[in-house]
Amino acid sequence: MASKLVRHSHLRALSSSISINNHIHSPHFSNPNRAPLSFSYRLFSNASSSSSSTGGFQRSSSLKDLELAKFASIAETWWDSEGPFKPLHVMNPTRLAFIRSTLCRHFRKDPNSARPFEGLKIVDVGCGGGILSEPLARMGATVTGVDAVEKNIKIARIHADLDPVASTIEYCCTTAEKLVEEDRKFDAVIALEVIEHVANPAEFCKSLAALTVPDGATIISTINRSMRSYATAIVAAEYLLHWLPKGTHEWSSFLTPEELVLILQRANITVREMAGFVYNPLTGRWSLSDDISVNFIAFGTKNCQ
Amino acid sequence: MFSTFLSLLSPDSLSLSHTTTSHFSPTMNGVIARKLYVNVSRLKVRHKPFCTDAATRVSGSNCGQPSPEHKETHDLSNNIQHYDIAIVGGGMVGMALACSLASMPLTKHLNVAIIDSNPALGSRPYFNKEDPPDPRVSTVTPATISFFKDVGAWQYVEQHRHAYFDKMQVWDYTGLGYTRYNAQDINKEVLGCVVENKVLHGSLLSCIENTDFQKTIYPSKLSSMTLPPSPSSLGMDSTSSRPPLSSQRHLAKLELSDGNSLYTKLVVGADGGKSCVRELAGFKTTGWNYSQNAIICTVEHTVENGCAWQRFLPAGPIALLPMGDNFSNIVWTMNPKESTNRKLMNEDEFVKDVNNALDYGYGPHPTSSLFGSGEMFSWPRAGVTLSANDCFEVPPKVVKLASERMVFPLSLRHASDYVSKHVVLIGDAAHTVHPLAGQGVNMGFGDAFALSRVIAEGIAVGSDIGEVTVLKKYEAERKPANIMMMGILDGFQKAYSVDFGPLNILRAAALHGAHFISPLKRSIISYASGEQKLPLFT
Repeated sequence: MASKLVRHSHLRALSSSISINNHIHSPHFSNPNRAPLSFSYRLFSNASSSSSSTGGFQRSSSLKDLELAKFASIAETWWDSEGPFKPLHVMNPTRLAFIRSTLCRHFRKDPNSARPFEGLKIVDVGCGGGILSEPLARMGATVTGVDAVEKNIKIARIHADLDPVASTIEYCCTTAEKLVEEDRKFDAVIALEVIEHVANPAEFCKSLAALTVPDGATIISTINRSMRSYATAIVAAEYLLHWLPKGTHEWSSFLTPEELVLILQRANITVREMAGFVYNPLTGRWSLSDDISVNFIAFGTKNCQ
Repeated sequence: MFSTFLSLLSPDSLSLSHTTTSHFSPTMNGVIARKLYVNVSRLKVRHKPFCTDAATRVSGSNCGQPSPEHKETHDLSNNIQHYDIAIVGGGMVGMALACSLASMPLTKHLNVAIIDSNPALGSRPYFNKEDPPDPRVSTVTPATISFFKDVGAWQYVEQHRHAYFDKMQVWDYTGLGYTRYNAQDINKEVLGCVVENKVLHGSLLSCIENTDFQKTIYPSKLSSMTLPPSPSSLGMDSTSSRPPLSSQRHLAKLELSDGNSLYTKLVVGADGGKSCVRELAGFKTTGWNYSQNAIICTVEHTVENGCAWQRFLPAGPIALLPMGDNFSNIVWTMNPKESTNRKLMNEDEFVKDVNNALDYGYGPHPTSSLFGSGEMFSWPRAGVTLSANDCFEVPPKVVKLASERMVFPLSLRHASDYVSKHVVLIGDAAHTVHPLAGQGVNMGFGDAFALSRVIAEGIAVGSDIGEVTVLKKYEAERKPANIMMMGILDGFQKAYSVDFGPLNILRAAALHGAHFISPLKRSIISYASGEQKLPLFT
């Protein structure tokens, strides 16, 4: 029964996340939060309040089991490919195809191998529930997933522990800046669908560059700031098709490919390849294309000093 | 065991539980059968050398187990083997999947278990070439031949008995029309190849043996299957007896009749028309039994037969397929009473019956033209097919029966879904059809090769191969194609099962059209050869 309460509060949070969202882009916020994280934050706060109202259970040790069970049910929503995160699940294989092709070429790995990323250290910035991190781990990489929201890390951890291959992923609740302070370095730094939610994209790119080893790879995906993307990603996705909660994206904070290339250049990263994602409504599938007018992904390498 | 299976079913999948309760009686029988099987296997332990052969190949807990009795007590140990894929059913289609996985670089590292109690899987195939052909044969289409060539399994077939044919004649008992097909019509060399099932199977098996593919053969039957709970079932009910939050929770668990258990990410049901996997997973099926049985046998001629013949008789079609070396295979569909009679009658009588059915029995020969013309249809001169000018021919006479007669009931069956989380069906487990167009196993091979490709694509992007999103791609590719083929075959079966004057003439006109209208004929041949996805409008 409590699981149903969690679900309803989740839906309530989805439709009323605008008030929280408006604060995300204020300069007071130091950590680059993601707007989709906002509704999951509210989700948890609602969940905890609803569970305390059910009452009638012991405190102390069994509370931990209950917490775990709660996380388990939320975790499955993140990972429920028919649930609210469905668009991300559907887009995921296409993103991975681009990442696989560019990284295999750059690091001269065998593209026909089932684990081409063996020996590579990759960080997934803004990993959420680990939707990208787990396939990367299955492809052989040593993956570190970071996210600023504690709950997402917990969710990701629980799901990753189900698969022995994915349980090698290191999840940290931290930010790219903090990782730079810890002087961590990675062969590939991947930040997909994050930069449009960040307060200062230029600083964010500098952090990503600092995390990359010289001649390492940086991959960023985001949404273009164009008329078409306003129609598609804001109006269609949020208001008509309800793929995303209203207010997930601010059109003014989208970056055009030229701007992204420029700020990456200033951070010592040269963009080598760029591709777009297009959605075919008839087949319901995403595919890679040259059309970068809506969703696009960029692969760059850090200049050797 | 069954109560835990029930409790694992979430409230959201109540419809699933409804269908599975009706399937519990077979699995109850499965439990009883398992106990009987174990008892029988204890008696028979000396007659099953394959058991120890397979045991030495099985890695892990089963090594060094001297007899099946010990296996029963040891299955409680936590040495349960983990596999990536478990193929239940090691027949032609199951082995085609294994062979295809073994041949692709992305999938050849997978750890695969094959569950089949057939002793032939444990040893290298060996055929005495002097044996007469086995009556169990299949006609493989050019599309299937190219799949086999891709995985490297066709060379073996060519070294054993096989028969390419490039001509086909179809007519019926009314004498109103006939049609001849020639591979030259679509600029190909063959329409298909007739191969014994044991040769196809042996070829796939030896192909796998030649690679270092990690396969483990379990010579037993599947007795139960436990699937992980669906996401929505992870509610707050801590009271029910659920398996602990362990790493096995996302894997399917298979229990076999000899007491072994194994965990796997993906269960492939390739276990035939009476699929155990399909039942245990609760897939719904639709279909009906044709009130027809098929008699199959091998016959001999005095001359070589190079053409495939099919004549539609009132009770069902009789097909004569070339097998090479003056042998042919007969597939004769008829009602059950006649089939029992024909199976029991003496050989000479049977041979006479067959010749009658292929020749003047039941009706006259068709004349070369019905409405007095090939001319009417021949004005588009440029596109006329070679075979449009062929005259009707009488099939070669059968002189001797060369094998035993086998009888099989015929039915149409189709699973409403091919995939669910961690389970996928291929081959006859997903669909069974009438043999009248020789398509059944070709559809199965198409399934196997499509599934292996989908699995390879999933692995390329690091997906979990048990995920429904990956498997749905296989279903989206194969289900429409299979349903269309099944619809057409069923349509043929129904069209030819009625003896009614106007309908006969309509059929004959259609047959004429298929014979003389060249674009239509080319489409039909291409579709039946597997080259084309749709019968018309490519």
